[in-house]
Amino acid sequence: MLTLEKRPQPSKALSYITPVLAVIVTMIAGGLLFAALGKDPVVAIRTIFWEPLFGEFASYYRPQLLVKGGPLILIALGLSLGFRAGIWNIGAEGQYIIGAICGAGVALAFYPLDAWYIFPLMVIAGALGGWAWAMIPAILKVKFGTNEILVSLMLVYVAEQLLASMALGLMKNPEGYGFPGSRNLQQYPAAFNGELIAGTGMHWGVAAAFIAAIFSYILLNRHILGFQIRLTGEAPRAAKFSGVKPARLVLICMGVAGALAGMAGMFEVAGPSGQITLSFNVGYGFTAIIVAFLGRLHPVGIILAGLLMALTYIGGDVAQSRLQLPAAAIQMVQGMLLFFLLAVDVLTNYRIKMTKREVA
Amino acid sequence: MKMKKRSFLAGTAMALGLAATGAWAQDDKVKVGFVYVGPINDGGWTQHHHESALKMVETIGADKVDMVYQENVAEGPDSERAMTQMALEGADLIFTTSFGYMDPTINVAAKFPNVKFEHATGYKTAPNVSAYSARFYEGRAVMGTIAGRMTKSNIIGYIASVPIPEVVRGINSSYIHAKKVNPDVQFKVIWLYTWMDPAKEADAARTLIEQGADVIFQHTDSTAPLAAARDAGNVIGFGQAGDMIEYAPSPRVSSIIDNWEPYYTSRVKAVMDGTWESHNVWEGINTGMVGIGEITSAVPAEVKAEAEALQASIESGEYHPFTGPLKKQDGSDWLAEGETADDGTLAGMNFYVEGIDAELPN
Amino acid sequence: MDLSAINPILLLASLMVAATAVMIAALGELIVERAGVLNLGVEGMMITGAIIGFAAAVHSGSPAVGFVAAAVGGAGLSLLFALLTQVALANQVASGLALTLFGLGLSSLIGQGYVGIKPPVIPKLNIPLLSDIPVLGPILFRHDMVVYFGILLVVLVWLFLKYTRAGLVLRAVGENHEAAHALGYKVVRIRVLAIMFGGACAGVGGAYVSLVRVPQWTEGMTAGVGWIALALVVFASWKPWRVLLGAYLFGGVTVLQLNLQAAGIAIPVEYLSMSPYLITIIVLVIMSNRRSASPASLGKTFHAAQ
Repeated sequence: MLTLEKRPQPSKALSYITPVLAVIVTMIAGGLLFAALGKDPVVAIRTIFWEPLFGEFASYYRPQLLVKGGPLILIALGLSLGFRAGIWNIGAEGQYIIGAICGAGVALAFYPLDAWYIFPLMVIAGALGGWAWAMIPAILKVKFGTNEILVSLMLVYVAEQLLASMALGLMKNPEGYGFPGSRNLQQYPAAFNGELIAGTGMHWGVAAAFIAAIFSYILLNRHILGFQIRLTGEAPRAAKFSGVKPARLVLICMGVAGALAGMAGMFEVAGPSGQITLSFNVGYGFTAIIVAFLGRLHPVGIILAGLLMALTYIGGDVAQSRLQLPAAAIQMVQGMLLFFLLAVDVLTNYRIKMTKREVA
Repeated sequence: MKMKKRSFLAGTAMALGLAATGAWAQDDKVKVGFVYVGPINDGGWTQHHHESALKMVETIGADKVDMVYQENVAEGPDSERAMTQMALEGADLIFTTSFGYMDPTINVAAKFPNVKFEHATGYKTAPNVSAYSARFYEGRAVMGTIAGRMTKSNIIGYIASVPIPEVVRGINSSYIHAKKVNPDVQFKVIWLYTWMDPAKEADAARTLIEQGADVIFQHTDSTAPLAAARDAGNVIGFGQAGDMIEYAPSPRVSSIIDNWEPYYTSRVKAVMDGTWESHNVWEGINTGMVGIGEITSAVPAEVKAEAEALQASIESGEYHPFTGPLKKQDGSDWLAEGETADDGTLAGMNFYVEGIDAELPN
Repeated sequence: MDLSAINPILLLASLMVAATAVMIAALGELIVERAGVLNLGVEGMMITGAIIGFAAAVHSGSPAVGFVAAAVGGAGLSLLFALLTQVALANQVASGLALTLFGLGLSSLIGQGYVGIKPPVIPKLNIPLLSDIPVLGPILFRHDMVVYFGILLVVLVWLFLKYTRAGLVLRAVGENHEAAHALGYKVVRIRVLAIMFGGACAGVGGAYVSLVRVPQWTEGMTAGVGWIALALVVFASWKPWRVLLGAYLFGGVTVLQLNLQAAGIAIPVEYLSMSPYLITIIVLVIMSNRRSASPASLGKTFHAAQ
């Protein structure tokens, strides 16, 4: 009989090999699915995973990977701190929305003033908005012991309603012929988060994601707080004995995650998206949870996972328009990728052993 | 892989830092792209764009047109990427079929001056971007007439989607024409803030029926309201976006059909003969963009005749559904006797006409 | 403005219908969470149940077959989650989200041939005699079978948890899986069964949307009901009767909102729509003062170390 035996230390080698294994298994399973739909599996897989990187128009798609991956990475980095400590903020989508609303709110309040300080203020407002929204579940957890998973999830729906109310009411573009949606910040230079270097896809949000990755790496490896976070996640009892204050950790982890998610929302609304609309949020906050796990909660891993996720979106779109693969099939392949990545992770932490069935 | 490169080379070679590798490969097929906001089988808005696109290919000939599409494209940066991708891969003409694609379309069009773009339901244009929409309110006028004649309770329910001018026009047009044939009608409006959520639509329809409505209008895309009408019995409704013929002869007594095929065919042909020019059009019953589904046997012959006469007079241009005297809901004058509404006012319509006993959101 | 147009009897009756899908799905999730597992994939299982039930009902011509197929389909999909979290010991939050993503894709692939088809109709029961009682008759006794099945399920789940040995074991597993394991209970087996029950209930709830409430098939038609079901379990503080109450309250907010609009009363729809979620948070805070509100092992991975 097969049983699992916990490894004393997670296997380093396997933690590098398993994600690759999962991607390969996904390609095989996805290929079978595409074949079942009557498409050439090799072409389809190549279109999704190869074309955006090395195909004919890679010079357009590669920057797009940053545009799509940037917010995912930024949010996932924040979430990973909490996840490591066993603090489950799954409401990043809400924090992202509130950050966008606050950031856009600052811009619209100053419109049409042209001043250098508007954009920095927007960044601060976005971060504060996301932070405040994350503080609700954090404080409730610390004060009353409520479950942060559930409270942060509920607040996503509240934030979505607030977004709708803003797009239809307070922030509606007065020159928009009555259509819902704010002014387009892309046309407001003082607030526009454009490309830092043309053609690279690098905007402030992507830069912030990389900066956050470096900080998070240093924090986790060099700083006492990072040690406390890891200790709390791995051995909560021992953490308590060594003087870690769980309440403080909750407030810090949730706060950082909220602030980063809020900033991601702000950079998105000021840049690639441009507007507060009814459909502004497209699920980055939820996808980032997946990215955090795919990246094994490690900053470098998260960057790679965010880019991989972005690749499946962009490659999926290419496959859709070129091969007319249904969007649903691509969504299923993304789901499968997650399944396999989650499933193979067991090999990193556990050893599979053959044992004889015990005689009862 | 055959791919035309002219647009790509002309527009973005510099920006993307790619070297030009030759003149564009002449290819006799015209490549047309469609960007959809929903799935192609949503049974509503997107499905009808897609069906119209397929019919366009059939009309012009699959040997002359290459059609590509992308479904479920979120408004915002994702749509910008979808359009760019089509343009890069050599599309000559790209239809973007949701209001939220307006600014992305303008952005992408600026990068690809040789690719033509057509944006549905917006108001911005550019030398290579046209705007097109349908005068659905003309269809609403015909349905309003049927509704006013058919209601026995004099209460008409209206399931509205998102408070934008198009929906407000629809409510006003239906009300004006129902009232014209039946001065006692009263409208009850429910806003759902969504274009498609079958469960909510069903609940809204039931609520309206419970409050006495025996005619249900819907500006949402699912058949759920018709199913609720069928279950209630003695309630009628109209197909929306599609014919919804599976609910005929009753409760579905007629329908407003989105038929984009004539427009798509003419625009693709214009690109083929090099006569395409940017414009901002608003087409109605006259060009067939707004189709009126068969009026079923559940409607008395004289009502049917009356509705068809109205349809004919709109089609010929003899009658405009917004013809004065009309007042706004607050009692202020809008149109004088015989005056018709100008397109500018209609495009931004954000008020109810006099007599509607409800408050417009915001 | 005409409040008299709102008929409270009909309002209550439609509230019962509006609450059924979310109630059944929430009861399933309640059992899953009582066993200590947090499955965030309810939406994915519901939508899969919605299409499988729809397809089966259309092909067999029998709504009953549809519901059974939906239950099997939902349970089948939940097995994926069970494999990931109970066998491969993957994180439950991430696995649940992956399940939803997968389920949404799967359902729309299966559903491609079913747009614009009318499913067979489920008759209203109109229970003789009882349905003629004034006031109560129209509210309580003129619904389709599934509405009563939902209420029956509340009773059954309550009886199961409170009075059966199996229910006791399930709760023990959810409260402290280490201790339950030490007592010789098969933690993994019990949890897999609970997850499958949750999947079956979500499937039935989804099929109720596609077969009765709407009835038609549209991609993504459950439109977030699965997430409301998750909120409902919390709101109910993991107690079956409160699921019933909460479902009626949540359904009531929706139906009342529509009624007020139809009566011509301008209400801030967004703020009313967020109220169920805010109420849930408040309930969570109130509940937290009492001990043992949520299952202690909720969301934690169990591995039997020898």
